[in-house]
Amino acid sequence: MEITTRALWTVIHGILFGGLYLFACSGALVELYRLTVSPTSPESTHGHDRFMHIYLITMAVLAWAAVLSGTYAIYPWYRATPPPGTVNLSMFPQRLLMSSPATIGWHSVGMEWKEHVAWFAPISITMVAFVFIRYGRDLRNHRQLRSAVLVFALASLVAAGIAGFFGAEIDEYAPVRGGSAIQLTAGEAK
Amino acid sequence: MKRAYNVSPPDTPPLTNGCAVAAILSAGAGCFVLALLAILADNSALVRRSLVFYKPTGVLSGVTTVGIFVWLFTWGILDWRWRKKTVAAGRVSAIALTLLVLSLILTFPPVSDLF
Repeated sequence: MEITTRALWTVIHGILFGGLYLFACSGALVELYRLTVSPTSPESTHGHDRFMHIYLITMAVLAWAAVLSGTYAIYPWYRATPPPGTVNLSMFPQRLLMSSPATIGWHSVGMEWKEHVAWFAPISITMVAFVFIRYGRDLRNHRQLRSAVLVFALASLVAAGIAGFFGAEIDEYAPVRGGSAIQLTAGEAK
Repeated sequence: MKRAYNVSPPDTPPLTNGCAVAAILSAGAGCFVLALLAILADNSALVRRSLVFYKPTGVLSGVTTVGIFVWLFTWGILDWRWRKKTVAAGRVSAIALTLLVLSLILTFPPVSDLF
């Protein structure tokens, strides 16, 4: 059983960074609402607030790691130009998608939207983390600020969701292939 | 034993909102500039060429780098100006959220292709 370096990068980008971010984002939204809006907010302790700070910083790191690995590691492989006369486009995902009317939309709408909208996630969650760390539960006293913070956190989830959905579908129709093979386990014939 | 503490200890002055408002507005502005640059790069060969900072990634490298720079620069300036002030949070947040929603819409290819 083996995996190529490009496929491994795709897994790291999409599942480790992107997937984990999406999971964390839904949890953060609930917790931010509970701490700053809900009347049933838990008792304030240094330990719990410190946990939230670390949680939000980790989310910001995951979001930045996802967009940077996507843009600078995987996207160049995705948009690679095939040499003239290339018939087999399996190593050139963008061109492979564009070669068929059935799949061109995954590039012209999916990738074109994903490559830009994904960047709204780290920008938004960095701001959310900064404001929460700076103000904490004092956001309860700033109705407009906490509304804006919650909307940006939601927008971050939506942006990451759009990017994740299109990323998964594009990888289904035109996966990024190539690179050296990494042996995971040695197979045995039964 | 859990140690509870007040949200605002009585001997500390209440936090002004300027710091947060600066972060919120700059985030909206950063997203909007990124979306705007993406449209400009699609429609102008000159902008497209000048935004290729890293050839393997193409114009996306410039669009995102400039967007991030504008976001951080705006944040720094606004924070410096508003840090100790109380700002009209409702109005500024509304502007920031409008910029954010516009950014999401403007990056959607069927919309961005209209320009």
